[in-house]
Amino acid sequence: MTESPNYQLSQLRVLESESIHIMREVVAEFERPVLLFSGGKDSIVMLRLAQKAFHPARIPFPVMHVDTGHNFPEVLAFRDRRADELGLQLIVASVQEAIDNGSVVEPPDGTRNRIQTPVLLDGLDKHRFSAIFGGARRDEDKARAKERIYSYRDEFGQWDPKNQRPELWNLYNGRVHLGDSMRVFPLSNWTELDIWQYIKEEEIDLPDIYYAHDREVFERDGMLYGVHPVCQPKVHEQVTVRRVRYRTVGDASLTAAVLSDADTVDKVIDEVASTRITERGATRGDDKFSEASMEDRKREGYF
Amino acid sequence: MDILRFATAGSVDDGKSTLIGRLLYDTKTVFEDQIDAIERVSRDRGEEYVNLALLTDGLRSEREQGITIDVAYRYFATPKRKFIIADTPGHIQYTRNMVTGASTADLALVLVDARKGLVEQSRRHAFLASLLQVPHLVLVVNKMDLVGYSQSVYDQISAEFTQFAAKLRIPDLTIIPVSALVGDNVVHRSENMDWYQGTSLLHHLENIHVASDRNLVDVRFPVQYVIRPMSDEYHDYRGYAGQVAGGVLKKGDDVLVLPSGFTSRIASVETADGEVDEAYPPMSVTVRLEDEIDISRGDMICRPHNQPTPTQDIDAMICWMDETAQLQVGKKYFIKHTSRSARCIVKNLDYRLDINSLHRDESAATLGLNEIGRVQLRSTVPLMADSYTRNRVTGGFILIDEATNRTVGAGMIADNGR
Repeated sequence: MTESPNYQLSQLRVLESESIHIMREVVAEFERPVLLFSGGKDSIVMLRLAQKAFHPARIPFPVMHVDTGHNFPEVLAFRDRRADELGLQLIVASVQEAIDNGSVVEPPDGTRNRIQTPVLLDGLDKHRFSAIFGGARRDEDKARAKERIYSYRDEFGQWDPKNQRPELWNLYNGRVHLGDSMRVFPLSNWTELDIWQYIKEEEIDLPDIYYAHDREVFERDGMLYGVHPVCQPKVHEQVTVRRVRYRTVGDASLTAAVLSDADTVDKVIDEVASTRITERGATRGDDKFSEASMEDRKREGYF
Repeated sequence: MDILRFATAGSVDDGKSTLIGRLLYDTKTVFEDQIDAIERVSRDRGEEYVNLALLTDGLRSEREQGITIDVAYRYFATPKRKFIIADTPGHIQYTRNMVTGASTADLALVLVDARKGLVEQSRRHAFLASLLQVPHLVLVVNKMDLVGYSQSVYDQISAEFTQFAAKLRIPDLTIIPVSALVGDNVVHRSENMDWYQGTSLLHHLENIHVASDRNLVDVRFPVQYVIRPMSDEYHDYRGYAGQVAGGVLKKGDDVLVLPSGFTSRIASVETADGEVDEAYPPMSVTVRLEDEIDISRGDMICRPHNQPTPTQDIDAMICWMDETAQLQVGKKYFIKHTSRSARCIVKNLDYRLDINSLHRDESAATLGLNEIGRVQLRSTVPLMADSYTRNRVTGGFILIDEATNRTVGAGMIADNGR
């Protein structure tokens, strides 16, 4: 084929190309990048993009997981297997360890979302990472919609929405003082649907819990939580077996499942295309606390 | 399906948030939980109607002040296209944000209130869209329901704007009368304006042809990163990774590498999925050459008979983006142009441009936040310069403050016959 008459790329190829450009830019300009890898779908897609960006060389940075200790076992197993297949160094920053050695205190309600942040920051500090790839997307949340692709953070890891660097064309300003760092979001312009269409097109393997399966669940605050050692029903909360899947994968005590029959990638795409509830709104207890909870957490150094 | 990126600009009250809310709502992009949330907040604040602006105003300080302070990115898709909206606030002090949003836009959407007609801000937004060389401009005449869907109101605004736009470089202008509140001509054609022969806004956005806006003639491949696997399997592999900024690259093409001036031939154009026949903007690829020559990040691969001008003297329009310091003649900055970084000194400020009157103030000695001027720079190493009108990627650059590391200026290289 020598003729491509319209020189038009599909939306997925445009997004892929933009993400690859960003990853190469970071690796060219920063001494110690790291990619946050949880075993969730967005970070799995990021790993695929990183593979493509540096092919046929290996991915030139390690991956790190902030492990709350409240995980879905399927996801942890997937995380370890994937890192192993790609020959990546996997660094685990453990919230449980930080609780045990007293550097953070577990809140009385047992949720570990907020105490992830100091553990993340300690982990970054310890390894002197200056650029940190995260899988956040702007369609996830209103605060994220206004965050730059290169999100500059001071020595406390804090995001200051009023002090963001303008981003023009495909030029990114990666200059930071010693001690400051950059969070980099190569998936900024992807939507949940783009991610799923890419997973299909690239035949990317995901942990099973993203697809419909039978699970013991109970209802709390209008959401369905899977029964898990860290997420137990209260006396009045009825446990039933339902056909569900997870749209996001986070801390098991805060991540809810959705009712679904979508057991294949095609069915998931249909479901995502027709759903009328946002990804985080449907499944994340952590974002419901206040109208600005994501903004507040980012100011403290969260992703 | 392809992507259309567009930037929206408008004043505080001309209904921009309502228009975006309408596009998102009618394309089923606004979710029930988002509607629930803004209904709750609107009610808590004692507002009589559901405030669609709350969908786009994300930050606490914005809600507190009731204004939008930053570029927000929004996404929606129809079966035909994916859309990325750079939603920029319209206040006078936020030229910076409009410039940022317009830099990557295929299309700029400028809103006016039909009752008020063109205001200073509409002219400023149109000027910025033309300065940033956004190829398509849509003037949306909003609130037509409040002027009785009057054709004469629309005609008058159209005539006035067309006359103004003739002074600017706007290759493609479309003017659409709408009511964002009621939905006239946003997604569906309105029955209230029989006199309007054009399409609805969404139909226009879905069908406008943007692929040919990219420069497919002048081959420009800024080398971003050199891939050397250091493995047994790929022992001698050396690939030049980057994003195509212009033209079409093919195996067998003769190429010239700047600034060294070495020539070679393309051995292959590759992605992780294998060789590709052709690479064109905005593809990220890896180029391999037949000869082993010394190439590193910041170099530019082009064609022997079609090359940018390597120069240390840059003549450019600069939009100043920093509130903490002004551009000063004699001061040094970092400059980032394609994948090349250097230092530069401001040799001269020719004039500052008043973007309302287009008057040139040649006595100006500095540029402050949101001010635009014609500047002469001298860089430590040659930059592979194209004029911005020829290529937005290889004609644009940013200035970075050496002390604070802030991005302080956006530059567009002037024509000068390049």
